[in-house]
Amino acid sequence: MLVLPLLQHIGEVAECLVTPGERVLKGQMIAAPRGDVSAPVHASSSGTVVAIEPRPYPHPSGLPAPAIIIETDGKDEWLDSEHGLANYHEIEAARLLDHIRQSGIVGLGGAGFPTQVKLGSSVYHNIELLVINGAECEPYLSCDNRLMQERAAEILEGVRILQHLLKPDNCIIALENHMGAAREAMQVAVDNTADRAINLVSVPDIYPSGGERQLIRILTGKEVPSQGFPADIGILCQNVGTATAIYQAVVHNRPLVSRIVTVTGAGVKQPCNLEALIGTPFLDMITACGGYADRVDRLLMGGPMMGFAVNTDNVPVIKTTNCILAVTRDEMPPPPPEQPCIRCSKCTDVCPADLLPQQLFWHARSGNLDAAQDYNLFDCIECGCCAYVCPSHIPLVQYYRHSKAEIWTRDRQKQASDIARRRHDARKARLERIKQERAERLARKKQQLGSSEDTAENTRKAAIQAALERVRRKKAQTEIAPKNVDNLTAEQQQRIHEVDERRQQSGKDPEQ
Amino acid sequence: MDFGNYSSPHFPVSGSVATMMRHVLFALLPGSICMTWFFGPGVVCNLVLAALTAICSEAGMLYLRGKPVRSTLADSSALVTGILLALALPPLAPWWIPVIGTLFAVIVAKQLYGGIGYNPFNPAMAGYVVLLISFPLELTLWPAPHAGLGLSDTLALVFLDTLPAGMDLDTLTMATPMDSVRTRLGLEQTIPMMQDGELFGLVGAGGWEWVNFWFLIGGLWLFKARVIQWQIPASMLCALAGMALVFYLLDPETHTSPAFQLFSGAAMLGAFFIATDPVSASTTPTGRLFYGAGIGILTYIIRHWGGYPEGIAFAVLLMNMAAPTIDYYTQPRVFGKSGDET
Repeated sequence: MLVLPLLQHIGEVAECLVTPGERVLKGQMIAAPRGDVSAPVHASSSGTVVAIEPRPYPHPSGLPAPAIIIETDGKDEWLDSEHGLANYHEIEAARLLDHIRQSGIVGLGGAGFPTQVKLGSSVYHNIELLVINGAECEPYLSCDNRLMQERAAEILEGVRILQHLLKPDNCIIALENHMGAAREAMQVAVDNTADRAINLVSVPDIYPSGGERQLIRILTGKEVPSQGFPADIGILCQNVGTATAIYQAVVHNRPLVSRIVTVTGAGVKQPCNLEALIGTPFLDMITACGGYADRVDRLLMGGPMMGFAVNTDNVPVIKTTNCILAVTRDEMPPPPPEQPCIRCSKCTDVCPADLLPQQLFWHARSGNLDAAQDYNLFDCIECGCCAYVCPSHIPLVQYYRHSKAEIWTRDRQKQASDIARRRHDARKARLERIKQERAERLARKKQQLGSSEDTAENTRKAAIQAALERVRRKKAQTEIAPKNVDNLTAEQQQRIHEVDERRQQSGKDPEQ
Repeated sequence: MDFGNYSSPHFPVSGSVATMMRHVLFALLPGSICMTWFFGPGVVCNLVLAALTAICSEAGMLYLRGKPVRSTLADSSALVTGILLALALPPLAPWWIPVIGTLFAVIVAKQLYGGIGYNPFNPAMAGYVVLLISFPLELTLWPAPHAGLGLSDTLALVFLDTLPAGMDLDTLTMATPMDSVRTRLGLEQTIPMMQDGELFGLVGAGGWEWVNFWFLIGGLWLFKARVIQWQIPASMLCALAGMALVFYLLDPETHTSPAFQLFSGAAMLGAFFIATDPVSASTTPTGRLFYGAGIGILTYIIRHWGGYPEGIAFAVLLMNMAAPTIDYYTQPRVFGKSGDET
């Protein structure tokens, strides 16, 4: 049985194309990309769709997510489709990119960002350097190492396709110092291409040198801008696994239906790298590796530094599953209790983003989110180095993640309240307008009604109205008060009296 | 099958505060042994008294504050405070000197501010300064190197204030080299005139240069064990030596050499063990350089022009006050940000 979640990438959830009971073939698209940043999902084996429902999903939240469940028929029958684009040299970029999109390829290094989007935004940048990342730096992980040893030629073919798309001046394939066998295999493949623009470079075995930004700094000395992308400085980085997936998709028209997964940890009897169909439950993977050893305490997806714990082995391998790590309590004991920060700043010394983790912690713990942002919280890549060296055993990354989530929630709430306020204001204005319009309509109606009534009645009414008007006017006249009579001097008063007396004598009332 | 829920990173943690503190104690060992060898069992007496007082007062305060006693005591930070203070005290001081100093250090300077991690001042130096201001006479009771007072006589002096017949404190004690240089410079003597007796050793002060040497060794080991970073000791010693060099070159008659400044008094103890106290020091990489340099410069100023022969304690406390400001203005440039953005 295969469980294929509709969201295995960064971006919009794919749109399901099948219905329960439908028979699907291997490589058939069963969910289509929705929107620009999205990726389709393909059936990774032939069989029957038995359900489309939320299923346990490998995510830190532990919440289930919608998935297509396929009961396999064991035939593993490929969809009979037209052959690939082996002549990719003659095909324009847009068509190749669309092909990569339709093949469901996402970044296989762990991020799961749709590859076509990353490439598409770079095709129109001037990419000087293409970096193929095989510097898998997390402890325990060896899937990329294994891939380079066994499928070096495929990786190189993928690199050729990327070169065709991006036209970089140079290409570096980066791996770590300890990967001797992989380096040899890759060297042979590079020599076979006879392309002098492709170089193999070994980087120190220091975590997190395999992180995209860190690797670029090690290789070129350049720093990717804080909120920017490598393409901003003319560099594009792709994982070795992604390169093979591109090769399979373009040359053989095989969409992404499987990947290499490291299954390891003291909790697994026979640790090994497996090529797994997307959708294979973790338990099946463990079983294929001889089953659990005793006393397994935690099950992780990803490495021991940045991976996350899953609470059940019922979750499927997805496109971003590079490692399944089953560890015992002896291997990774529960964290010791947190103690006060002694400001030793070991975290500062190890932070690959050059942050001040102890300051971030101070503000994160006191809920001072603005201050945490001032200390560049969002430049934290959550690599876990600070928490690893912390002598006070403070789960620093957890604090940072919590603060980031708080800030996102706060921003969302603010946005929502802004929208609500705008809606409220608009509603008030609308109600006001409706009221006014109704009043106007009423007035007009009244007028129309009035004009159609008896004219005699109207003249009488008009006469009354005119009389009333006359009375009102007269009253208004009588109410006119004399002006400038305040604050008069005694002399002025005296003169007024004299004038009034004269008027009375001549028979004229001054008030008339 | 269900599994535990944990947050990344999952890799087991690499160290603990207790390990750090035990490393510090271990690194203090060679210097302490050297001090005992020169100044007699009084050094051990101070260490034991201060250590016991530190543990008891820390336990008492934790209990009163309703904090976990046993697990917090296990970090040994109180012990380090007591030991550092004891190493700064004269070996013939009466028993209540280390006790009062440690009580102030642990209770007032540390626990009343919130315990480990929250004290703005270096507790050991706060305790030392309280003693220096309150009991200046008792803090001069340094014996001459190899004064020859045995264990029982020392104990009698420390606890009962009694001396063997025919001895008095004046013959037993001697001004420390730093102090005598000051006094004699005040009497219009020049440095070359002082090249007699045991005042000067090979490069620094007689006897003291070896104490400093072993604290230097301990400090370098501490650096190698990654308990301390290089910036504070390096910048402090460079600043101290730099100040000394400038004035020494200007007037060698009345100024001691940089080597003398580095290898006398508490220079090495201060640079590697006191200034590097993480809680009260500056935390940014550049800030540590400023912080250490500030201590070095202030130490020289106080040593040379101040009212006290040794200036490290005051210099450390003054720079403790400046640490938050230094941190604020020396934030590192964040990865991928241009200089003016941060």
